[in-house]
Amino acid sequence: MEKQKYLDDLQDIKTIMERSSRFISLSGMSGVIAGVLALLGAYSAYQAVYENQNYLSYRRASITSESLITLLAIASGVLILSLLAGILLTRNKARKTNQKLWDSQSQRLLINLFIPLAVGGILCLILLSKGFIGLIAPLTLVFYGLALINASKYTLSEIRSLGIIEVALGLIGCQFVGYGLILWALGFGILHIIYGIVMHVKYDS
Amino acid sequence: MKNILQDLNKAFENKVRLGIMSALVVNDSLNFNNLKELLGVTDGNLASHMKSLEKSEYVHVKKEFLNRKPNTQYSATTAGKEAFIKHIKAIEQLLKH
Repeated sequence: MEKQKYLDDLQDIKTIMERSSRFISLSGMSGVIAGVLALLGAYSAYQAVYENQNYLSYRRASITSESLITLLAIASGVLILSLLAGILLTRNKARKTNQKLWDSQSQRLLINLFIPLAVGGILCLILLSKGFIGLIAPLTLVFYGLALINASKYTLSEIRSLGIIEVALGLIGCQFVGYGLILWALGFGILHIIYGIVMHVKYDS
Repeated sequence: MKNILQDLNKAFENKVRLGIMSALVVNDSLNFNNLKELLGVTDGNLASHMKSLEKSEYVHVKKEFLNRKPNTQYSATTAGKEAFIKHIKAIEQLLKH
C-alpha cells in the first residue's frame, strides 16, 4: 500500500515536470497537412522553374524575375496555410488536453523556434537579393532544422531528431545544389508527413 | 532501511507541496497563477502550502509589479532543490526494496 503511494508520487512528479516545462499539445495531424502543402508547393515551384523545357536534354533552372515572384508567392502561401492549419489543430488538441494554446510553455517554445528561423529567413533574403538562389532551398532546411533542435527542449522530444535530419538534408543540399528542390520536398514534405503520422498515432488518441 | 526513511522529507509528503517543488525544479521561476493552473488548486490552498515551503527556505519569493498588478514569482532555492532530489532518491530506494 505504502509502495503504491510512492509510485503515484513519482508519477505525479513526472507529469508536473513535463506539463510545466513542455508544450505537449502539438498536433501530429498539422504536421501531415504542412507536409502535403509543402509537396504541392514544391511541385508548383518545379513547374515554375523548369517550364517548357525538354525532358530529354540537360535542363537549366531558369529563374526570371517573373518566376521569382511566383516562387515567393508559393513559398509564402505554403508557410501561411501551414501555420494556420497548425494553430487551428493545435488549439483543438490543447482544448482536449486542457492546456492553454497561449501560455508560458507555448510562448517559450515559439520564441526559441523563431530565433534561428528569423536569422535563416533574413540570411535567405540577403542571398536572394545578391542572386545566390541555389543555396536558398537547402539553407531554409538547415535553419529550420536548427530551429527545431533549439525548440525541442520545450515540446515533444521527437522534434529533436526531426531537426537533426532536416539539418543533414540541408547540408547535403548545399553540396549538391541541383538537388535543392528535391531535398526540400523531402525535408518539408515527406518528413513532416512521416513525423506527423507517428506523433498522431502516439499522442493524438 | 532506517536511513532511507530518514531521507524522506516530511515537507514533501503533501501532494500540493510535492507538485510545487516538481514544477519549480524544472523552471527558473513561475508565478502564482502559473502554479495554480498547473496544479489545479485554490488560491488559499496554494498560498498556505507555499508559506510552509517558504518557511523551510525551500522556495524563494520575489514580489514585483507587472502593469501595476502585483506579480509574485516563485523559484526553488538551492537548499530546496537538494532536499527535493534527496527525497526523490529516497523514494526510488524505497521502491527497490
